[in-house]
This record gives sequence, C-alpha cells and structure tokens, in this order.
Amino acid sequence: MATVDLKDVKKVYPSGVEAVKGVSIAIPDKELCVLVGPSGCGKSTLLRMIAGLETISAGTVAIDGKVVNAIGPTERDIAMVFQNYALYPHMKVYDNMAYGLRNRGTPKDEIDSRVRSTAKVLELSALLDRRPRELSGGQRQRVAMGRAIVRNPKVFLFDEPLSNLDAKLRGQMRVEIKNLQRTLGVTSVYVTHDQLEAMTLADILVVMNAGLVEQTGAPLDVYERPASIFVASFIGAPPMNLLALTGSSSGPMLADGIAIGFAAPGTQAVTLGFRPEDADVTFNAEALPGALVLPATVEAVEPVGAESFLHCAAAGSRIIVRVSGRATAKPGDQLRVVAKAEKLHWFDQAGKRVE
Amino acid sequence: MAPQLAITLVFFYWPAGQALYQSMLRQDPFGLRSRFVWFANFRKVLADPAYLNSIQVTVVFSLATAIVAMCVALLLAVMAEKAVRGKGLYRTLLIWPYAVAPAIAGMLWLFLFNPSIGSLAYLLRSLGIAWDPLLNGTHAMILLVSAAAWKQISYNFLFFVAGLQAVPKTLIEAAAMDGAGETKRFWTIVFPLLAPTTFFLLVVNTVYALFDTFGIVHAVTGGGPGKTTETLVYKVYNDGFVNLILGDSAAQSVILMAIVIALTAIQFRYVERKVHYG
Repeated sequence: MATVDLKDVKKVYPSGVEAVKGVSIAIPDKELCVLVGPSGCGKSTLLRMIAGLETISAGTVAIDGKVVNAIGPTERDIAMVFQNYALYPHMKVYDNMAYGLRNRGTPKDEIDSRVRSTAKVLELSALLDRRPRELSGGQRQRVAMGRAIVRNPKVFLFDEPLSNLDAKLRGQMRVEIKNLQRTLGVTSVYVTHDQLEAMTLADILVVMNAGLVEQTGAPLDVYERPASIFVASFIGAPPMNLLALTGSSSGPMLADGIAIGFAAPGTQAVTLGFRPEDADVTFNAEALPGALVLPATVEAVEPVGAESFLHCAAAGSRIIVRVSGRATAKPGDQLRVVAKAEKLHWFDQAGKRVE
Repeated sequence: MAPQLAITLVFFYWPAGQALYQSMLRQDPFGLRSRFVWFANFRKVLADPAYLNSIQVTVVFSLATAIVAMCVALLLAVMAEKAVRGKGLYRTLLIWPYAVAPAIAGMLWLFLFNPSIGSLAYLLRSLGIAWDPLLNGTHAMILLVSAAAWKQISYNFLFFVAGLQAVPKTLIEAAAMDGAGETKRFWTIVFPLLAPTTFFLLVVNTVYALFDTFGIVHAVTGGGPGKTTETLVYKVYNDGFVNLILGDSAAQSVILMAIVIALTAIQFRYVERKVHYG
C-alpha cells in the first residue's frame, strides 16, 4: 500500500537540543520496521515526525513516494497506536473506532459494517457499548489497535504499545500484532525499547543511539553481525560479553596477561566480544586450539529452567555464559570459559566492527 | 459537634429560619405591632406585577451574565492555551479583575459608560449609537450584564485554563491523526472533556448572577431606569431596607431561597447526568 522513506531527517528543538541528527531509513511496502534504542535516543521523536505531530527541522519524510513534510497529521492518512492508548474517555468503544471514519465522511452503514467486522477480528464485539474506563489494560490496547485498523490507513505507527501490559499479555499481543500486520499488509513503524519485542516483530530492525542510526538490517543479521559495540550490547539478553584487548609484541593480549592464542583480524581491534550462548565451560585442562580459553571463577548461577546463566569473573571483567539445562557449576568454582574463534566479534577504537 | 456545622447553624439555618418566620408576619405602619398572617405575604408578593417583572428581569440578567461570562472566559482560555509567548503574563492580566470589589467594578463601568462623562459612551455616540443607560432600560441591562460578566470572567477563565490543561495532549494528537480538524477536535474531544468544569461553573455562575451581583446593580443602575434592572435580590433589599415592608421582603427572600435550591437540584439531577467525569 505504501512505502515510507526518511532522508537525512533531523530534529532540532528551539532550545537547541538536537534529538535526531540525520536519519535515513527506507521501509518497503508491507514491511514492519522496528526502531529500537534506549530512552532519549530519538526514536519516539522520529516516529512523531512521521506522524506529523512534530515538525521536521531538516531532511524529508516521504510516504508512498510523496514528500509529506508540509502536510499535517490530519491529511497524512496514518494511524497511530499510542503508549497510553489515548482512547477518547467520553466515547463508547464503538464511537472510538468510528470517530476517524466519521471525520472522513464515510457513509453510516459502511462505518457500521467496518467497525463491527474489525471488532470481530479483535474479539471486541461484546465490548462495543462500553466506555474505555470499563475495560482492562489488554482490552484498551485492542481498542487502540481497532481504532487504527478500522480506518485502513496507508501506514501504522506504534509508539511502545505494549509497555503498559504485564509480561504474559505482552507476549500474546506481540504475536497478535505481528499476525495482524502480516494479514493486513500495512506498512508499519514500531517504536520500542524492548530488544526482545524488536527482534521478534521486525522485518527491518533499526537500532538507534543518541539521535543516529547505529545499524539497520534484518533482526538476525543485526544479532549475528552487530555493527558496533553499542548494538552488540543492546541487542541480545543477556548482552554480549566484551573484553578489552591490549596490544603487545606477541599479538593481542587480554587484561591479566592472557594471550588469545590466535591472530586478531587486523591491528585496530581493541575490544573482543562473544555472546553468552557462543561460549561453554569446562573443568578439564586439555589444550583447545582455535578457541579462546579464559580461566574464570563462577560468581553466581541463575537457573531459568531450560537454561542457566553463569556469571563469572574472567580476564578482569564479568562475563555471562549460557549453558543449557541445569548447571553443574556452583558459585566459587574455578573453571575455563571456552569460545570458538569464529564466534568472536572484534571492535576498533571507535567501537565499530572489525571483520 | 463539628465546627463547620456550628457555623452553618449560626450563619445559615438561624437566619433562614428567621426569614421564614418573618415572612409570615405583617407589621402596622408605625412598627409597633406584628401580626401572624400565615401566607398572606406570599400571596401578595406573587400577585404583585412589580415582583413578576423582577423575576423576568432576573431571568434575563442571570442567563445573559452566566452565558457571556462563560463563553468569553472559554474563548480567552482557549486562546491563552495557544499563546506561544507571554502565556504567564496573559493569564495574570486576565485574572486581576477578580480582585476588584463588585461595587468598584460597577463604578468603573458606570464611569466609562456614563452618557455625560463616560469616555466609552462618547465613543459609542460618535459611532452613531444613541447610548443612554440612564433612560433606556435595554442599555442599562447591557451595561449591567457587561459589568457583572466582566467580573466573573476572571474566575471562569482560571477554571477553564486548568480544565484545558487537564485534557491529555495525546487525545488531541490521536484526534488529529483520526482526521479531525482543529474546530472539530475542540467540539468533539476538548469540550466534552471540559464538561465537569463547565458544569461546576454553570452552578457557580448561576448562584453568582442571582445573589452576588447586588453590589454591581446597586452601583451601576440602582434597579433603574424605572424597574427595568431590578433583580430579585435588589428588590428584596429595596422593599425591606428602603421601603421597610419587612414581611414582603422576607417572603421574597424565602421564595428566592426556594428558587436557588430548586435550580441547584435541577442542575445536579439533570444536567450532571450528561457530564462525563474522567
């Protein structure tokens, strides 16, 4: 139905604060783009600029190939689901959903059939005569979704729509949003600070930090090849283990004078990282060529059920290793953490990935 | 016993009881004897054309004052919300008139619009309007309503500004994305959400126009010309303290009390049903 193209978009507030410092993203038709980042990274501001709720200081936002910088939110034909749902408290669920259609002069019987069919899809049919304050959090969330869907807009915007729900409901709604978005085939932009939500929902994942895009790509590509230390530590839970390298005549060394045992890719690498699930632990002392071996002390064990996380002290840092099932190690145990060389990530002085 | 109850007893129930008792007394012309006459005073008052005229005057005056005061205040509050710079100054200036005493406010308007010395009256005349509140009853009423409403606008403004600030901004944004233009957003989202404020002000303004405007009426027109601006409260004062017909005056104040109680009850019973509290 529509593509969304951001070209070098900037937002400077009158106070001089630069919230978005030049962002370019191209979202193809029918795809779900997730903007993820810590609070204050500019993701919500960017979303509000697409919505037309914030003016664009520089650059262009184009919807369906048409630049919309000068068009107000009323005419952009975009629907948004707000974090606090923003349901009209004085209107019944039916009127909340019909409001946008009425404003656009849709005939009455068409409004009725569209509202009722949308309500059916979202299992809201029994709630149409209620007011928002008589609904639970999950139901309100559905109504907010319904209000967006019923209008059949060009683009959906989601501003952290699940952050007010409890963990179980959030998981359910996440799947539902994904299914709905796929069935309806509406281009969507979704803002969240939850990396799990970002990973599971996104067709295109955009990781933002301090007003800039750190990395854009398919979620698993971003996970497997993080472009920077920031992305590596933001995406994935628990985060990637990062160790500082010191150069020496015999090759790169870790703190505590542990030699890596193989060559680093290039000389600029100053940080080495590996994911908790890419490492294992061993109590044996045999030689392991082609792997990073770190003597470590177990500090804490977190059993989650299907897996356990071992928090260890190694090479002057704290690292986390994921082992499947029940962990045999106990706090205080001395063991060796082993990570395969091909699973290591290298980063340079500026925090950028080194291949 | 709670102290507020004691205060209510001394300052409301006791005088109210006294008024009720006196409304059934009739005194001889020299004030030497009082006779208990049951409801004769009420019958007399309600049959008096001057009293019926006063009711009509009060309805016109109260409605006009409440409507003007609330509409202007809402308009100013909406504009104050939109102001980009000088919001604080704008609000402060608009709140000041509330600090002016009713009699002073009345004098202010009287001087400004006095046909012989008023600067604004001069302006009106130079515009070709035969402005004469001293002889023309309609002009006197307009002047009175302006003065009474002007004083109440500040109060209403304050509440409307607070009410507008309590309307969540995301609702306005959601409505904008739902395709509602600015005017439509105001009438379909903001105004309904302001209903609790509007209802409260309706009650307060009605009571204000009925009772608290005595000072303004006294200062601006004194009920004249003729009896064209003699409101119920002013007539109670005039008959009781000027003409010293205490029985009639007491009967009138009892009727007035009944009117206010009935009006407030109606407002809470019927109007409040349409109010949505967040």
